[in-house]
Amino acid sequence: MTVSDLKQSYPDSPNPKINWARIEEAEAFANTVKLFRQGKYDEDSFRRYRLQHGAYGTRMTNDYAMVRIKLPAGEVYPHQLEKISQLSEQFSIGSAHFSTRENIQLHWVILEDVSEILRGLAEVGLTSREACGNSVRNVMCSPLSGVCPNEEFDSTPHALATARFFLRNPMSQSLPRKFKFNFTCCEKHGMVRMVDVGLIPQTRDLDGTTQKGFKIFLGGGLGNKSFVGYQLEDFTPEEDLLHTSIAVVKIFDRLGDRKNLARNRMRYLVNDMGWEKFQNLVLKERAIVRATQSVITQLEVDHTPSVIKRPIRISDESGSSTPDGYARWLKTNTLKQKQSEYSSVFITLEAGDITSNQLSELASIIREFSSEGHARAGFVQNIALRYVHDDDLSRLYSKLLTVGLAKPGALTMAAPIGCSGTTSCNLALTNSHRLAKEIQRKFLELKLDQDDDLQDSSIKISGCPNSCGQHGIATIGFFGGGGRVGKEMYPNYQMSLGGRSDGETMLGATCHRIPAKRVIPVILKIIELFKQNKKPDDTLKDWIHRIVNGKEESEIKSVLDMRKVLDSLTIPPTKEEDPDFYTDYGSDSSYHTKTGKGECAA
Amino acid sequence: MSQEKIKITTGIDSLRSEIRDKSVRIIDVRREEDYKQSHIPTAVNLPLANLLSDDSPERVLKLVNAMGIDDQTPVVVYDDTFGALASRVAWTLEYLGHSDVSLLETTFSKWKSLGLENDNKTPEIQHKEHSIHLKPEILATSDYLDTSKDKPNVLLIDNRERLNYLEQHIPGAISLPYRTLATPDKILRPKEDMTRLLGNRGISGNSEIITYCGSVGTLSGLAYYALKSVGLPNVKLYVRSFKEWKNLEKPIAKQQDANYWDLSAE
Ligand code: HEM
Ligand code: SF4
Repeated sequence: MTVSDLKQSYPDSPNPKINWARIEEAEAFANTVKLFRQGKYDEDSFRRYRLQHGAYGTRMTNDYAMVRIKLPAGEVYPHQLEKISQLSEQFSIGSAHFSTRENIQLHWVILEDVSEILRGLAEVGLTSREACGNSVRNVMCSPLSGVCPNEEFDSTPHALATARFFLRNPMSQSLPRKFKFNFTCCEKHGMVRMVDVGLIPQTRDLDGTTQKGFKIFLGGGLGNKSFVGYQLEDFTPEEDLLHTSIAVVKIFDRLGDRKNLARNRMRYLVNDMGWEKFQNLVLKERAIVRATQSVITQLEVDHTPSVIKRPIRISDESGSSTPDGYARWLKTNTLKQKQSEYSSVFITLEAGDITSNQLSELASIIREFSSEGHARAGFVQNIALRYVHDDDLSRLYSKLLTVGLAKPGALTMAAPIGCSGTTSCNLALTNSHRLAKEIQRKFLELKLDQDDDLQDSSIKISGCPNSCGQHGIATIGFFGGGGRVGKEMYPNYQMSLGGRSDGETMLGATCHRIPAKRVIPVILKIIELFKQNKKPDDTLKDWIHRIVNGKEESEIKSVLDMRKVLDSLTIPPTKEEDPDFYTDYGSDSSYHTKTGKGECAA
Repeated sequence: MSQEKIKITTGIDSLRSEIRDKSVRIIDVRREEDYKQSHIPTAVNLPLANLLSDDSPERVLKLVNAMGIDDQTPVVVYDDTFGALASRVAWTLEYLGHSDVSLLETTFSKWKSLGLENDNKTPEIQHKEHSIHLKPEILATSDYLDTSKDKPNVLLIDNRERLNYLEQHIPGAISLPYRTLATPDKILRPKEDMTRLLGNRGISGNSEIITYCGSVGTLSGLAYYALKSVGLPNVKLYVRSFKEWKNLEKPIAKQQDANYWDLSAE
């Protein structure tokens, strides 16, 4: 051995249990791109292939792709983050994006470099396979599964096993459309009624023993048209989980609409057929699956408990004082776990974006602070460090401060979601991504993250009606479009109120069209109205909920009333009066809508 | 040409034995105050800024002579900026006609973090006489770009970061950010890796390749050596790079209708 072979090594970082990668797929991808460039592969089959391997097209160009890296059940390990940090620096824009579905996305990647990313991912056991296209997309699990005080049991092993079962399974390679599974911990945390298959763990007592199982919701989903899912049955025992999943995927594969791209998610099938008929079909199909497959197909649920081991302190900074802002951060970014003395810490990002440098710093921070040795992607474009010992929280905060990751507000209304919008998406009409960042900056400046009345509300923004920003389930949701005064166009948003994804899931009610540059004043106006009219224990979410349901008694009784009070804020000024009104965030030239070919249906 | 042995980087282990044999001239291109604190033993200091204040061949000759380098002296250059500054200096020597110059395979920080020897002694230098045999075939100027960049066999490569490239670049250039060229430990990827990566991008064979970056040819200097490291025979550096191109108000291309900057977390 020579000196230059010496590498720094970190003490016992746990390794991921599952290797999701196949290195040969990188090679194959590179060759396919070459064949495509030589004209030996037609556009359509190439696109299908590209999407199956997790590479989306990019706004207004065929030369770049977005690579979507799956983090099944949200789990991500330090060395994986380090690799992604390198890849984002080498092949993307020096930043990466945490999405709402526990993926990490690299944008503006040259198509010919995608294979290099796949190769790098394979080195750390990650894949982007079936992250896009008509397949079973990343299987999500609540970032709190395993630590949530309200959960019946930890469904992470089930989520991982489900992901493993469907990944590269021929059964799910060319479905009529994309298909999503969300596992969660409890009713409160997670989105189980707004997805093809949503699952909440529950237990029941059977002859004196506790039986594990799930509440399964089918046929929900957000999109151009959104639907709330139905519960399949009271209790689906653990042993039936896989049978049920297979049955649903098979029915969708057989009966889903393959012609009409706009209506081919499973929720349309459920809606067209009627829930009861669909429910019957599933139960029948499951009986067949159970009878024919039970022996060969088992869900490989790995129940070995994770090792929880508080990392040894590397540096001793005891005696250093608690930095400013700690109390605020503690309040808005951390949750007590069911395990006493441990907390989960959520990192506030701006619309999910994180620099390469922060990613690699985060890797060391996880090693130093998380007793489970890995992190979990959250649901709202963020990331969670769990099993942080309460005694280490202030030290962790100081550390996060040094790398710019200590912003408060992660678990509050001050962390809006914004889809990619015109930063990269072909279908985008507005810069929803930047708008989310602007709102966050304003909220933090006004310290609204500390306002308990606002804590459980949310703001979510999509750059077009397609709902990637999940606006339909936001307390205040927005989707982009173009507004017009004579010949001039301006960026505009359709605002909806009262959406939610908890036990009382419902879609927001359409309220008003708000010009992009008026969105922040309008949100602040709504908050002001709420403060004037609230009952003592009200939260903004409660208040808006009453308005939307016609149950509010004060000045603003309905969505229509709200619309009227906001009217004056939405009137376009002339271009001479306010030229800025006619530009979108992040751009100084006049706004115009421009879209390319979308790939959501591909 | 193909017979000629090209040594692009020098490994840590071989540099250490060359130091012991006193058979090498090492150039540290960091700032003088950094050099004075500590450097690789026997290294001389040539801060890049000093070189760039006047990099005419006559001046470079004087500097080279003063560093005790003649036509036969093996030279190894290092920096603490992922090899980019070192590359620019190495390229300048090469342009002057020096044939035995290479880059240390890693940076000074990495060298130190491995616990390798370093000191703060300034070596005694014996003046030498170097000749001038300029190599114009490794230099590209804006005039040269004007006439050649659109020829089918010419590839123009932009080594700045992706966002800068999207925002503005020389028309026809392809983007290969300098970060792509390195590994976490080494300033250049291993040859096999580099060959595959460049091959995927269509950078191979007998094309003439011109590299450029933001201002003075450092990032693109590194790319120049990256391309040479896989044996590409005809590589040129546009030393004055994009800064000059813009000042000359030459045409610029941009990725239109997308707000990519807003995806950056900075
Ligand atoms: C008609 C087309 C599309 C529909 C209906 C659609 C639907 C959705 C939905 C519903 C989500 C929310 C996650 C969930 O709850 O499942 C989502 C997420 C997402 N979609 Fe789309 N999508 C479409 C096209 C696209 C395109 C063209 C892109 C750009 C490449 C894109 C990028 C994303 C991203 C990045 C997310 C995660 C949100 C984030 O964190 O940024 N989608 N999509
Ligand atoms: S909501 Fe529209 S703009 Fe946003 S990512 Fe989806 S398709 Fe693109």
